Amino acid sequence: MIAATVPPPRIVLYEGAGATPLEPGERTRLFAALLDRGYAVTRAVPGGSAHDDAAAATAFVVLGRFGGVVPDVGDAAGRPVHVHDIDGRSADEAVALVEEARDGRPMNRPDAGSATWKPWFPVIDTQRCTNCMQCLSFCLFDVYGVSPTDHTLRVENPANCKVNCPACSRVCPEVAIIFPKYHAGPIDGAPVSEADVHREKMKVDISALLGGDILAKLRERSAEAKSRFSKERSADAALAERRRCLTKLADAAAIPREVLDALPTPEEIERRTAEAARKAEAARAARGETTAPHGAG
Amino acid sequence: MSEQAAAPARILYCRCAYAQVVPADVKDAVLDGLARSEAAFEMVPDLCEMAARRDGQLADIAGAAGPEHPLRIVACWPRAVRGLFHLADVRLPEAGVDILNMRSEAAADILGGLGVQMPDARDTPAPAPHAGEATA
Repeated sequence: MIAATVPPPRIVLYEGAGATPLEPGERTRLFAALLDRGYAVTRAVPGGSAHDDAAAATAFVVLGRFGGVVPDVGDAAGRPVHVHDIDGRSADEAVALVEEARDGRPMNRPDAGSATWKPWFPVIDTQRCTNCMQCLSFCLFDVYGVSPTDHTLRVENPANCKVNCPACSRVCPEVAIIFPKYHAGPIDGAPVSEADVHREKMKVDISALLGGDILAKLRERSAEAKSRFSKERSADAALAERRRCLTKLADAAAIPREVLDALPTPEEIERRTAEAARKAEAARAARGETTAPHGAG
Repeated sequence: MSEQAAAPARILYCRCAYAQVVPADVKDAVLDGLARSEAAFEMVPDLCEMAARRDGQLADIAGAAGPEHPLRIVACWPRAVRGLFHLADVRLPEAGVDILNMRSEAAADILGGLGVQMPDARDTPAPAPHAGEATA
């Protein structure tokens, strides 16, 4: 999980005085190798504009072709600076030097297989969002919250979002929820057309797709499944029933099956929904609104 | 926009390294073009990942941008990029910030938009863009 990781060091490729520039293809390979392993890189050039606003960096690794004479580089703020001569080294060997400087501290990285946290979460188009809070009420995973300062919607816990699930964007009546890593527009952030807006206004409420109140339906299905389980003593039958119920919802809102399978009990869903509704109502009240727009429930 | 700005534009390139939604050939070609130019620039593995961490580098970059100090972000859809900075509690100025979209534009157009001066030795044999090296 991303919360347990340490920000990676800032990498600087130095090609100024005292260093020999890399060959162009070699430079491209080095940049790609570092980026694809999760490192941010700055290319400094002779006479180029230097940006001294690296306040957020916690450590630096300076790479350059120094011809065996590694310069003594320090940071005025006292942050660690590791300088490596990459003369004669391949991109992968240079990356290995960076990894050494990182000293095994955990970091999220794109190439870690199942250990990688894919940054999947919603962002808000504040030009379109009306703060109706439907998404806050809809999400069961506490992704959304309310800004304590201006009582507007905010994405509070992005890491709570279920990877590849864009369901909350489907309930937004203003097409204001973007998943930057979604495969298609307008959910990916592409411009919103009139047709998109019309479609959102006309879309059928998810609860209606299930034939009424979604919570009531889930409770009903759960009771049916329990009853069937007690009669037939078949866990498989109960699971199949749950799947039948949820497939309809998954198809309607493009919710990955794994997300639906991981849903809490109907009672817990009800509790969380009530809590979200309370937050949403408090936010609306704080902004001087008395009723939920769009009939949000 | 920033064409008449006093200072050279600062360039920020996003690799979108955690997903395959930006065409690999475009992001590789843009990176290659930048690397072969004489421009100073900054590269980040993934703006989404940094926004989720509320990485302070985003505030550093946005805080320095404005009409006098233009910023060109090479990433994806502008609505998404602005949303990411907002999520990280960083205000990205409207003026002086251009966002170039590797999901919808060709690499040549993006490099042209960056005003990157290609080196004279552009005809030096160049390795093919290494899309095969891109990771998950």
